[in-house]
Amino acid sequence: MAPALEIDGLAKRYRGGVEALGGVSLTVDRGQLVGLLGPNGAGKSTLVKICCGLVQPTEGTATIAGAPAGSKEALSQLGYLAELFRFPGWARADEVLELHQRLTGSEGGVGERDELLQLVGLADARDRRVEAMSKGMQQRLGIAQALVNSPPLLLLDEPTSALDPVGRRVVRELLVELRRRGQSVLLNSHLLSEVELVCDHVAIVDHGRVVAAGTPAELTRPRGVEVETADGVRVFDGAGRDDAPRIVAELVAAGEQVFEVRLLRSTLEDVYVEAVT
Amino acid sequence: MRIVAAHALRESLRRRVFAVVLVLSIVFLALYAWGTAELFADVESWDDNEFGVEPDVLAGATVLGLATFAILFLGAVLATFLTLHAVRGDADRGLLQPLVVRPLGRTAYLGGRLLAAATVSAAYSVALFGACVVVTGVIGWWPDRVVEPALGLAGAAVVIAALALLGSVVLGTTANGIAVFMVFGAGLTAGLLGQIGESLNSDTLTDIGEIATWVLPFEALYQDGLAGLTADVTGTTSLVVNLGPFGGANEGGALLWPFAAAYVAATFAAAAGLFKRRDL
Repeated sequence: MAPALEIDGLAKRYRGGVEALGGVSLTVDRGQLVGLLGPNGAGKSTLVKICCGLVQPTEGTATIAGAPAGSKEALSQLGYLAELFRFPGWARADEVLELHQRLTGSEGGVGERDELLQLVGLADARDRRVEAMSKGMQQRLGIAQALVNSPPLLLLDEPTSALDPVGRRVVRELLVELRRRGQSVLLNSHLLSEVELVCDHVAIVDHGRVVAAGTPAELTRPRGVEVETADGVRVFDGAGRDDAPRIVAELVAAGEQVFEVRLLRSTLEDVYVEAVT
Repeated sequence: MRIVAAHALRESLRRRVFAVVLVLSIVFLALYAWGTAELFADVESWDDNEFGVEPDVLAGATVLGLATFAILFLGAVLATFLTLHAVRGDADRGLLQPLVVRPLGRTAYLGGRLLAAATVSAAYSVALFGACVVVTGVIGWWPDRVVEPALGLAGAAVVIAALALLGSVVLGTTANGIAVFMVFGAGLTAGLLGQIGESLNSDTLTDIGEIATWVLPFEALYQDGLAGLTADVTGTTSLVVNLGPFGGANEGGALLWPFAAAYVAATFAAAAGLFKRRDL
């Protein structure tokens, strides 16, 4: 069975010679949640736009469940939330979802719309016009729109950029729920903590190339062991998990009282900063 | 395609475009009825003039010719404003992307936009022309042909909608609006040039006018319709009508409608081809 999304050697040069992507390869397996990180202008949005057929690649291929990106077969498999999007101000939340139900051929009807609005916390705003919604509410409506007809693949470009901390948490929980349901997600985000918390796999993109990739655990590495004793906190640089029992045993043998032992790991932020600077 | 067309129509309805158009059209009709009634009252004294000019025909043809011109303009405004932002304008505002990533296809999206704009502007042109014909007829003069001018105006609106749609693929909203109205003005100027050429027997001017009206066939359709208003008028009255600002219109001939249909199809195909390759 073909992966949910397979990108192979994707390159994009805009007019004027600006290179947005310089040969990116990436795979999102079915049911996988992949995070795409990178600084502004790294090519993340271009990558996502190519995957949903909004931008034509200069080289390389992107396929969705085996179908070429941009084809009707591919588009019927995905839900997309653009980084910069807008719904018509005159439309009500329910009407926006109804339109997208028609466009996707969804037969979910009112039940699906109500469930989606409930899922993103907009159940009370069903009849509210888009122009009367806050930016955060519009973003949540955008997420609901992407979820119409339960697409197997979701491409989310900065889905939490306009949300408050509670809203972000709701979206994080939603992403986890989607994975549980077997839906695949490519999450493009600036929020490292968000990606670290929910993603199975992370790709860091810079200057149009993947500069680091792996699971969050693979990307982060042991940085040492921190031990709290009666004399204060002591850090054993370079030590790993396997070294902890020995360190504790030596301290106790030396007559020290050990209150707490912590394994120190580099954060995704450390890895990110190292990769893009 | 029908989903996009219905969405576009709903937008016009909800943004009160139709309400504004309806109110202003009623105002236009009221002013037209008033002006026409005054004109017919003024020319009543011309009866039995020594030149054999029929005053009611002259007054009716001139004032309904003016109304036809005004309806062409209003239909063009409606067609343009319903389509001028369809691609780049909506893409710049972020409205387009959520729609075209759905499995309907970009060509179907464009088709829906054209269908909505063409239907509304054509229907509006026909309805307003019909109302003007009735007003003119009740006051004192019925045109020789009604169907041809109505269809000509409807066809002209469809051609302009197609041109505005094509422009929307390559130009931003403001630039496209300016471009479409400049093209519209060029078409009208070409038509007038042809009429001047005919009045003054200048073959070169007539040829320039004719070629330009075929390049921009909304003008040819308009002229064809305009000619139908006085198709059966003869003698001195016909001569005087033709010398007037809305006389001397050329009939398009049998090829006009097939050409106009092919023109709209080619314009749409060009728009679809450019849109297909466009990065959003």
